Amino acid sequence: MNLASLPVTRNLLPLFVAIPLGSAFLVSLLGKRVKGFSDTFSNVATFSLLSISLLSLLLVKHSGTVVYKVGGWIPPIGICMVLDSLTSFMLITINLIAFLVTIYSISYMERYTAKWKFYTLFLLMLAGMNGVIVTGDMFNLFVFLEIASISSYALVAFGVEHEELEASFKYMVMGILASSFILLGIGFLYSLTSTLNMADMSRTLAKIGDNRTVFFVSVLFLMGFGLKAALVPFHAWLPDAHPSAPAPISAMLSGVLIKALGVYALARIFFNVLGMTATSSSIFMVLGTISMVLGGLLALGQEDIKRLFAYSSISQIGYIVFAVGMGTPLGILAGLFHLFNHAIFKSLLFLNSGSIEYATGTRDLRKMGGLTSKMPVTGYSSLVGSMSISGIPPFSGFWSKLLIILAAIQAKHFVFAAIAVLVSILTLAYYLKVQRLAFFGELRDSLKGIKEVPLTMKLSMIILSIICIFGGLLLIPGVQKNFLSLATEVLVNGTNYAQIILGSIK
Amino acid sequence: MCFILFSIGIYCILVKRNLIKIIIGIGIAEYAVNLFFILVGYRAQGRAPILAKQQVIQNMVDPLPQALILTNIVIGLAVTVLIVAIAIRIYEKYGTFDITKIRRLRG
Repeated sequence: MNLASLPVTRNLLPLFVAIPLGSAFLVSLLGKRVKGFSDTFSNVATFSLLSISLLSLLLVKHSGTVVYKVGGWIPPIGICMVLDSLTSFMLITINLIAFLVTIYSISYMERYTAKWKFYTLFLLMLAGMNGVIVTGDMFNLFVFLEIASISSYALVAFGVEHEELEASFKYMVMGILASSFILLGIGFLYSLTSTLNMADMSRTLAKIGDNRTVFFVSVLFLMGFGLKAALVPFHAWLPDAHPSAPAPISAMLSGVLIKALGVYALARIFFNVLGMTATSSSIFMVLGTISMVLGGLLALGQEDIKRLFAYSSISQIGYIVFAVGMGTPLGILAGLFHLFNHAIFKSLLFLNSGSIEYATGTRDLRKMGGLTSKMPVTGYSSLVGSMSISGIPPFSGFWSKLLIILAAIQAKHFVFAAIAVLVSILTLAYYLKVQRLAFFGELRDSLKGIKEVPLTMKLSMIILSIICIFGGLLLIPGVQKNFLSLATEVLVNGTNYAQIILGSIK
Repeated sequence: MCFILFSIGIYCILVKRNLIKIIIGIGIAEYAVNLFFILVGYRAQGRAPILAKQQVIQNMVDPLPQALILTNIVIGLAVTVLIVAIAIRIYEKYGTFDITKIRRLRG
């Protein structure tokens, strides 16, 4: 069957934004009146998103980069959406997590009133993230980024208690500042190149060559997207915001939002539009390493389980940025692989913490103990997640960390490689703490009455841990060639991006 | 000019203790960016980019940044509404707008 000639596949790209946006509208309209509508409908929506992102992988493999012209205007005048292998890699990651998280929320969100509001905001956030990934236009990227951010501000405040509101306010102030920096950067780029299309911009910039404005713009983008990605000097909002949100949202925020808005956007702009220079590469590496170390050290001292996971996210984001920042093919491959793995196991761990909160009503590690005997599924899946994130073979985290360290050695960054190994041991230390305090040891009297969580929550945790265990298989040459390596090529090709995009328009 | 405004906005966000003043600071910074965009598209003695019959426009300002800013103003509206709503809820819970007194989270 010829996939590329089907009308559905040719118009696949707008669906990534249209499905979540449309279902958000329908859920907000009907969710209140029809009981159970929001649950079923959101799950159908995220499932169809997952299927079309898998389809997009086939499409890219079959016919290369696909460009969709919005409204029929020809780029660079009109807005275009771009589907290449990096895009479809990110889409699969995002929509996989989103689907599992919606399954999980069916039972979990029973604790809150107004479930349909939750689903509306959730789907809006999903639309924003997918939009950031598929767009090929600078200002469009900003708009989608704002859609995702605004709904995440609201979701962080979803519990409307003291802590949630405070965290959300902090997050909003930082987020708005970040957006202003990004917009200012876009303004400078527009005044320099008088175009907003990323491919066209990259072509014009290559003609202009190196100058100070470009450097200033990179600083602005680094601040803006660095804030969204929670790299260390800009990380202050994350440990407040992520734990305060309901658990499925923490999983989304930590698992994919900081990657889609932060790491993906940084990588796309620096590699494909501005062009990677030695300076920006070393800035990335240094920032990544600082985040790695500081996030790990701060995580060690936490007593709140979700706060500990949030700090650990900072540390893992450090790994990803460091690996991608090296700019070598192996480094980028390792970074993207770690990005995928981190999305899986961090969402798994946040869902576990949600289950613990659901069953016991506390997030304080000191009040837990012996939970595995009462909640076997949560206990063992969190064991899998912890072992995977701290890099114990044969779990997926081991392979990606190994690759990152190998890439650092290959690029002759021995100090960074040593730090990466040390932080990996640190990671093991604080996850052992979680395991020991929460799941092993004596069962407290106050916790005698707890039960395992409902079926849907178990289901998504089990699926995620299975992916964790077999994630390493993605490195098998046949699979790797089709999934990871193709995505890596996009970034390695750098500013050739322009030729590829503009070439495929004609 | 817009850099002065932008700096004033950031100063407000960083230094002020009152939630409402921080929000005003955000507003100022946002509008500084908007103004910057308009200046990017401005040409000396340009006129509004409106096409009409029997008129030949020679010196037109760039309409694209204006369109972008229109979008950004709408986004800014949504953000401001949300942040003010959260500030009101914070006031209900804590009974104060002073950020030094709103400190439940440690870290």
